[in-house]
Amino acid sequence: MIQDTPLDRFLIRSAGTLLGLLWIVPLAYAVWAAIHPPAFEARFDVTAPLTLENFISAWDQAPFARYFLNSILLVGVILSAQLILCTLAAFAFARLEFPGKSILFALILMQLLVMPDILLVENYRTMRSLGLVDTILAIGLPYFASGFAIFLLRQTFMTIPKELDEAARIEGCSLLGLLWRVYVPLGKPAMLAFGLVSVSHHWNNFLWPLIITNSVETRPLTVGLSIFATTDSGTSWAVINAATLMTSAPLLLGFFLFQRQFVQRFMRAGIK
Amino acid sequence: MIKRDWIYAWALLLPAFVFLITFTHLPAVQTLLNSFWTTPKGRRASVFTGLGNYEQMLSDPVFIKAMVNSAIYAAITIPTSIALALIMALLVHRSFRGVGLLRMSFFTPTVLPLIAVANIWLFFYAPGFGLIDQIRLFFGLPSANYAGQPDTALYSVAAVTIWKEAGFFMIFFLAALQTVPETLREAAAIEGCSRWTFFRRVTLPLIMPTTLFVSVNAVINAFRLVDHVFVMTKGGPDNASMLLLYYIYETGFRFWDTAYAAALTVVLIAIIGIVGIGQFFLADKRVHYK
Repeated sequence: MIQDTPLDRFLIRSAGTLLGLLWIVPLAYAVWAAIHPPAFEARFDVTAPLTLENFISAWDQAPFARYFLNSILLVGVILSAQLILCTLAAFAFARLEFPGKSILFALILMQLLVMPDILLVENYRTMRSLGLVDTILAIGLPYFASGFAIFLLRQTFMTIPKELDEAARIEGCSLLGLLWRVYVPLGKPAMLAFGLVSVSHHWNNFLWPLIITNSVETRPLTVGLSIFATTDSGTSWAVINAATLMTSAPLLLGFFLFQRQFVQRFMRAGIK
Repeated sequence: MIKRDWIYAWALLLPAFVFLITFTHLPAVQTLLNSFWTTPKGRRASVFTGLGNYEQMLSDPVFIKAMVNSAIYAAITIPTSIALALIMALLVHRSFRGVGLLRMSFFTPTVLPLIAVANIWLFFYAPGFGLIDQIRLFFGLPSANYAGQPDTALYSVAAVTIWKEAGFFMIFFLAALQTVPETLREAAAIEGCSRWTFFRRVTLPLIMPTTLFVSVNAVINAFRLVDHVFVMTKGGPDNASMLLLYYIYETGFRFWDTAYAAALTVVLIAIIGIVGIGQFFLADKRVHYK
């Protein structure tokens, strides 16, 4: 090992602390503003009274309950569709030989670059012709076949030893049985990793939902929040910050509770 | 026997490809085709205009501004967030008391919605009572409206992007650092090699594939992440923070000039495509997909 001198250690610690503080300040600031009366939103007084008033008034001023429901439905629908469609496709790419394999795989990889997020105008046109504008389904549809998920699962499936295939086939297992009994269980960690990435991505997604929705019944939280925060009706910063925290709460909470797993999952999803 | 496998394979791929083609490939092709036509207006049908929309771009000051801004935005956010991510990873790679907290602090922005984050930062930047202005006033500097004045709007948006992205990229570097064999470190110590030399000669080359992967992601994100623009500046003031994707949104969904928006989208796809293909050739030998 290259030994750390005390000076090294001191420098590393202080640089780390400084950067860490800098990174957490915005969130800390939002928490401060949200749990104190509006009068203290920019006055940092330790004796300031605590309150939940801001959360209550945010909740009352906009249909956040409905937005929450929409967001939960949205990420649920997207993730289930992605897991089913992409597991099937990834299995084909990982285990079967067939004509057109490399071309089809290249088409999948293309989606890693040209994402549906960019093809706004055309996808809107498609949704209009399908009569799906302003539905939760329309927000999710473009993301159902995720190139990233197919790629990730294919990589995972390819590491599963082929001997298991043969054993299963000798036992009289069908191809789908093989997928279900061997590949899905062994691919679970990768699926979980992808699940976390997918849920946080779509919970946070904004631009496409903004375009395709225009009613309370379909808007996810991000769009609802943006409307709430930009109405210049004199909503105080404290209330906006409370709403902001509320919107991020599920992911934040999940992250704080399962920090280690969360980071590792993200990491696993990233190593290709 | 083999034939049956083919049919299975195609059947397994079919559902995914229906969605993939419908919402990615067809729209991409359609966008290209539409960019050669005009936007239908009222009773006036769409007519073929060849490169008309692209000619319009060259004389469109907002487009030029958006391109320049996107370039500046990319030039600031990409290297800064990658460098910070690497520094963060190196900091939390070792173990000491409080490393968990530190890692959490770096990573937290990643799980927050960009749109929510924008609200918080807007409050930061708010003239008069925002945190930054309070610090300025404390030092006797005049009040400044960072997100609201033309010469700083773009940079205040870029700062949010860096803050949001660095922690995310850190994860990839952290994973890469774990693959650097401990034996190399020991060998280097015996050779009396300095920390900096070790980093430059051993660590950096070993994590090169990750750096490349992160860079491509950073480039794509530099053109894709515009959510916070909606809350913070709306591309203004006076287009000072106009970015390409935001301009596409405005053109397509505020002014409903779909043909021009299509042409703008083609430009965006071209930029991302060039980066992607560039990576493919650059990385061919270095990055191994197992």
